[in-house]
Formats: sequence, structure tokens, C-alpha cells
Amino acid sequence: MASFILNGQPVTVDADPAMPILWVVREKVGLSGTKFGCGIAQCGACTVHLDGQPVRSCSTSISQAEGREVTTIEGIAGPDGELSKVQQAWVSEQVPQCGYCQSGQIMSATALLRDNPSPSDDDIDAAMSGNICRCGTYTRIRRAIKVAAGQETARTEAEGEEA
Amino acid sequence: MNDMSPEDKKPSKLAKWSRRGFIGAGVLAGGGLLIGIGVRPGNPIGSLASKVAPNAGEQLVNSWVKIDMNNVVTAIVPHCEMGQGAHSVLAQMLADELDAAWDQVQVMQAPADGSYVVSDTARLFAAPFTLNAADWLEPTWDGLFTQLGKSMDLLITGGSSSIRTTGQYQMRIAGAAARQMLVGAAADAWGVPAAEITTRDSTLTHEASGNSAPYSEFASAAADQSMDHTPKLKTRDQYRLMGRSKARTDIPAKINGTAEFGIDAEPDGLELSYAAVVRPPVPSTTVTAMDASRAETMPGVLQILNMGNFVTVVADSYWQAQQAVNTVQIEWSASDSPVRTMDDQFAVFAAALDEAGETGGNQAAARGDAQAALADAASNVEAEYRAPYLAHAPMEPLNCTAHVADGKCDIWTSTQVPLMARSEVAGTIGMGTEDITIHHPYLGGAFGRRLGSEYVAMAARVAQATGYPIKMIWSREEDTQKALYRCADMSRIRAGLDESGAMVAYDSVFTQRHDPAEACVPAIYNIANTSVRVAEAELHLPFQAWRSVDHSQQGFFIESFIDEAAHAAGADSLDYRLAMLQNAPRHKAVLEKVAEISGWREAGGEGTAKGVAIVESFGTIVAEVIEVDMSSGKPKMTNCWAVCDAGYVMNPDGFRNQIEGGIVFGLTAAMYGELELKDGAIVQSNFHDYKMLRMNEVPNIEVALINSGDVPVGGAGEPGLPPAAPALANAIFAASGNRLRELPIAKQFT
Repeated sequence: MASFILNGQPVTVDADPAMPILWVVREKVGLSGTKFGCGIAQCGACTVHLDGQPVRSCSTSISQAEGREVTTIEGIAGPDGELSKVQQAWVSEQVPQCGYCQSGQIMSATALLRDNPSPSDDDIDAAMSGNICRCGTYTRIRRAIKVAAGQETARTEAEGEEA
Repeated sequence: MNDMSPEDKKPSKLAKWSRRGFIGAGVLAGGGLLIGIGVRPGNPIGSLASKVAPNAGEQLVNSWVKIDMNNVVTAIVPHCEMGQGAHSVLAQMLADELDAAWDQVQVMQAPADGSYVVSDTARLFAAPFTLNAADWLEPTWDGLFTQLGKSMDLLITGGSSSIRTTGQYQMRIAGAAARQMLVGAAADAWGVPAAEITTRDSTLTHEASGNSAPYSEFASAAADQSMDHTPKLKTRDQYRLMGRSKARTDIPAKINGTAEFGIDAEPDGLELSYAAVVRPPVPSTTVTAMDASRAETMPGVLQILNMGNFVTVVADSYWQAQQAVNTVQIEWSASDSPVRTMDDQFAVFAAALDEAGETGGNQAAARGDAQAALADAASNVEAEYRAPYLAHAPMEPLNCTAHVADGKCDIWTSTQVPLMARSEVAGTIGMGTEDITIHHPYLGGAFGRRLGSEYVAMAARVAQATGYPIKMIWSREEDTQKALYRCADMSRIRAGLDESGAMVAYDSVFTQRHDPAEACVPAIYNIANTSVRVAEAELHLPFQAWRSVDHSQQGFFIESFIDEAAHAAGADSLDYRLAMLQNAPRHKAVLEKVAEISGWREAGGEGTAKGVAIVESFGTIVAEVIEVDMSSGKPKMTNCWAVCDAGYVMNPDGFRNQIEGGIVFGLTAAMYGELELKDGAIVQSNFHDYKMLRMNEVPNIEVALINSGDVPVGGAGEPGLPPAAPALANAIFAASGNRLRELPIAKQFT
């Protein structure tokens, strides 16, 4: 049995203590927003927060989460469902393409901005280089982080734009 | 068939439809030809309606749009969504012609049904010239290709084709026809001339009589209207949605964890078991022995199966299945491939090129007399280039959920080709396609990898063999090492230059030609004597189209070589290209624009230099300038400027996002992409050694667009990629004098 707090709710599941958080959350709890990408902490698609710190859930066993708080992509919007600043910026900058890595990207960016509300480009590089985006949305991710940090203005939908 | 005119019934020629009812109608008596799906009696709408319009009051106006009683317009999109944004843009095109209120437009993935065959995509692949025919609505062609598409299972998403085929030739027509029918129904009801009725924001208005109604009011009546198969389409000045950067409809679900990808399938009422697999490390070998004694004792393990060409463990969880399958000792049969290392593979290529010599091989393109012109030229330039094998590495590992029970099979998977996958499953498990249903949610990337369906068939086999509904997931290692690949290749190119340095002859020979056929031809340049030859050679690893396909290696070969020729001629590499584009005004404009925005003619920072490349692919011309900083002795990419001419861009921001992605994909391959072989098996296994560009490595990217006008609309998903590698290599040469003739680049600077 493993007991932890998942997105603010206490959860107890019957799982091998060595089972990674990723698979407990996906298969035992049924929250599928956290993604499997590599299984060896190389791509960041599985990033969740453990007591507020970003961890690669594919390589962190559920025993390490015992009694602690796990936050997934499903848990970062406000209690009334209001999107977080990072999520809002991901929309305004139209970041995702396939979207598969973006849960992990958003979790990494959220942790970065909480610890460092005004990150430099080097700070963004350091915090985000563990997350691969195969679609190549990096320049948009960088811009969205700056928008969420209030360093750049959100683009509004360019109504009437002619290329 | 109730829509054939008498002259069309002559048996001596391929039957044609009458003009009336071309759209939506389309069942040809006796011939079984079908184009689109309509609402008339005798059409397959009966069987389809339950899938796309299941709710009371919903009325299908035609196959690509439905309007419900709440005035919500649903665009039924035949292409899958793998990140390219096709769902949104196709809906935009349909909604614009329909004059629908954009905030009341929804997108629905068309079910994997044979009636949704993407005929224009088939047409583009099979006979591109027909798309440019004076009357593209020529029924013979369309009917023929829909039939061809059905028989070939061409419900495909690829070739950067969704917008330029389905969008231009189906969605817009569907929207315009639906609008006409709604107007017709309102005109009848109100007793006013149709020409006096205006449409806007899903509302019909007749100003003189004061009548106004939402589309929903006439959705049912519209179905009884005759369909005009050549509805008047908007001109550009009338567009309200096309050409605009409308926000993508799939993004809200992709930022909160609710977007469902293939790997997220949790079918209602099914208790899933999980399968992990081990496939042969060397292609085309089979299991000769296995020892699973340890796996048998491991927790959660339900079954261990030798499937002949793979081994699988089925367990209560994927993690348990993967742990267990990792312990299975497997012996594989010997491979008869002569290739054990990449040196062996390149030796196979070199032997084929040697045998072809200066004139042999299959002639892919020829103009003038290249051999004579080479002999007569003032000077010759020669170079040999190499490209490695590459994996697609979509972020969502290959996976498939399958359930086989009671003579039916249900499949949930990320696929670019649901109907081909269905056929492959049918052939593999001995079931009719009519008993197989493919459910295909969002794809977590594909890049061509999910045009192949072997993983789908494997899951069906395991489900059939075990009786369990199973979710099969490949580990990243399986995905990297045992899949389908961008081919390696080698190309030898020679050019003859005249006294002024101008290129008067070009000859190339290489071993791999897949698709598009013209990718190997430097057709944009005005070279009087050109010879392009293919000396076919065997590949050790199985081929699968990889983003931009042949352009991915040919772009590097050709555009690196043009740069070499420019250097030999003592010319600026961008000016040298411009001089060869006298007869290509669009290409010239793209190149001039990229020179302008990149500051090509201005001095860069200390240790930096710029390189340029231009490639036309999938209907779009893209020139890229890349700036590198070599001051550390290793290349650091600082900036990338791209200029694209797709004729007309339907969603500028979405288009730019695709180009940015194509550039990063191309630069990733250029810097790091390589699969090495040891004893015939791939060495690289996961992202630690099959490296991707990361946040700290990508350059700033600026994309500018040119709408040059009256040409067929070009694609977006692939054309950003081909110029990236040569522009980077050319920049490194400009900075360091080091000419790179093989990829990847990073390891050449360690």
C-alpha cells in the first residue's frame, strides 16, 4: 500500500513500492496527463512535482512519495478551474503542436517561475533543458515563460492578420 | 445511381457524373464509385449517420459538416491531428466558406470508415498533375481517385497535404455547398430570391422582408436542396477566417492533461492488461529459443508468449510487464544481411555507385547533355556526401490497445493511416475489415513513423492470443532500436563550371529514391545540362518515410554542393544561387527576402558566420539562413531566419509554428542524428545517446511569409526541414573553412 497526497487529495493505492510514480498515477489512479516518454529521466515528459519540486516520475518510485504531496498537470489550475499563468501563456503563445511533452514542460516551467519569478534566458535554459519537445516548440516555450513572468506581453489572437 | 446523365452511361468510357449532385451524392450504379458522402437516398449516409450525427435533430448537410439544433457547426475532419494543426485549419477553411460563426464551430475526427477516404491526398501522391487541371472538379478524376483511395486504404495524413488537398478541394467546397443549400432552403421558405439572402455568423438574413434565422432552422430542409457541385468559392478579399491566425482548437486540452492520445486509451468497460515486447535486434530475424523462467516468477505477470518475431509479457501493469520482459533470455536466428556496421552499409552504397560510374544507374531526370558539358567545362567540382539512418522518435512511444472478442476487434491507437492499419490487422489475425474498428485519438507526434502499422498488428495478435484486452507499449529502447527508419544514403555529385564560374553541368548519383520523386532533382536552378541517376542499393534497416522524406537527405546533398560550387567560383553563396534563379521569380524573391531579414550582406559578430540554403518541397519554397558562432571551436547556433512562400497561408501563426518545428527537427538531425550498427543491431537506445536539441541549444528563429498568390497552396509540416542541415553546414564552412560532407555534425567537433 502506498499513501500520498495527489493534487490535494489523499490517495491510497495497492502498488509495489518500487513502481514509479508515473505508472501509479496513470494506471492505478487513472490520471493520464502525465506522460511516458523515455523511462530513464532523459526527456521530462513525465515531470510532476513532489512537495513542490519537479521530479521525473518515470524514475521516482512511489515509496519516495509516501506521505508527501504529488502534483500533476491536472492539479495546477486554480480550485475553480482557472488556468494558471503558465497555462494561460501556453495558450496565448500557441505553444503546443502534438502536445505530448507539454504537461512536463508546463510542470517544469511552473516550478521555475515559483522559485524564480523573473528568470533570465540562462535560468530558462537551466530549468527547461531536461524537457525534450520533438515538435520543436522551444522558442515558443521560452516566450511563454517570459509572458507568464510578465517580462513580455501576451500576444492576442491576431485577428485579421494577413500573412 | 440517380445522378447520371444519359450520355454518361455509354459503356465505352469511364462513366462521369452529371454536374448536379457531384458533392455529397456519388454512388455510381454498377461501378461502386463514391465521392464524398451525401444525404440523398441510396448513399451510405445511413450507416455513417450513426457515427457522425448520432443525436436527435442533428442533420448531416454533407460529409464534412453537420449543423445541430443549437446552431453548432461541426467540421468532420478526415485527417488525424499529430501536432500539425490540421484539425483547426481545415475547420477554418470550411467555416469560412460556410460563413459560420467561428466560436460555434467544433472539430470532429472523422471515424475510420472507408467512406472518408481522402481522395485528393491520394490524387496528390498518385498523379500530382491532375490537381492543377483547369477544372479540378473533373468528376472522372475525382471518382477514380476516391475509388483508388478506398481500395488502397488511403485515409492518410502525411505529405504536408491536409490543407492543400483536403482543405482546398474538399472542405471549402463542402462549406460553400452547405451554405448554398441553406440559402436555398431559406429562399423557398421565405418565398424570396436566393440571391437576396446574405449569410454571416451562422445566420441567414433577408433584409428586404426582415427575415432572419440561424442555420439550424434550415438544417433539415437544406438536405432536400439540390447540391451544386461547383459552388462559388470566396475570393481572397472575401475571406473572414482563412489567412487569419485563429487559435488552434486542440490547444486547450493540451495544456491541462485532458487531451487523449493513443497511449491514454481506457476503453469503457474493459479491464486492461498490459503488454511489453522485445523485438529482434537485427531486422527480419526470429526467436529460436527463450528462457523466461525468471519472468514467470515476477509479480503481476499473466502470460509470456513467444510470438515468433517478438516476445511479449502480459502483466497487470505496464511497468511489471516491462520489468519482466527485460529478464527474458532470447536467442535470435542469424541474419543474412551482409551489413554488420555502418561502414559495411556505406560500402554497399559505394559499390553501387562505383558500378554506376559516371553514366550508369537509372536516369531519374535529364536535361541537355551533362556528360558532354562536364567534359567541356572550364573546371569541375566533385563531392561525395553521406547521410545516416535516423529514427523518428516521436515523444509518444509506439503503442496500441486491442480487444478481440466475439468475432470483433477494437483497436485504439495513434496512427496516420487508420484504414491501412485496419487492413493490416485484418490480414494478421484473419478477420474481415468490417469486423474491425479503429479508434484513433490524438497522436503524440508521428513524423512519418505512424504511417507504418506493424505495432498495431502486433497488439491485435497479442490480444487474440491471450484473450485479454491489452495495452501494448513499446519501451523507448524498442522504439529507437527496432522500428522503421529514415534511410542512410550516399551521393556523388559533379558539376561543370564555365570560365565565369557559372554552373553549366550537374550530375548526381545516389542509391535511395523513395518520395517525393522530384526531391533529388535541383530543378529550381537553371542549369543547362543536368543528369540525376539512382544506383539502387540494399538497406539493412527497414525504411519508413521520415519528415520531408527524400528531401531530408537530398536537401543536404544538393544545397551543400551548390555552396561548394559557389565557393569554387569565388562567388557569394547567396548571389550564386540568385544568378541561377533567373527563371524562378518566386524562389528569387524568397532568397532576396531572407538575405534582407538576416542581414546577409552585413558583417556578423566576431567568430560568427552565416550559411544559406533554399529548397522547394511539398509545394512550399523555403530559404533559411543560419548563423553559427565558432569562437569556441565548436558550432553554436545563434540565429535562424526562414522565408517561406506557400502561395497562400491559411493560418499564419500555425504555419510559422510548423516551420519552426521543421527547422528544429532538421537541426536536431544535423547536429546529433545518427544510428550506428554493431553486429547488425542499432547501438543507440534512448535519448541519452540518440540526442535531441534542447532548450539551451536551439537558435532564435524568425519566420517570414510571402503570399505570392496564384499558385496551388503549399504544405507546412515538412518544408521547414530540408534547408536546415545544409544552411548549418554551409555556415560552419563560412566560419571555419571546414566543409562537412556527412552528418551528424556535433561529433565532428569533439
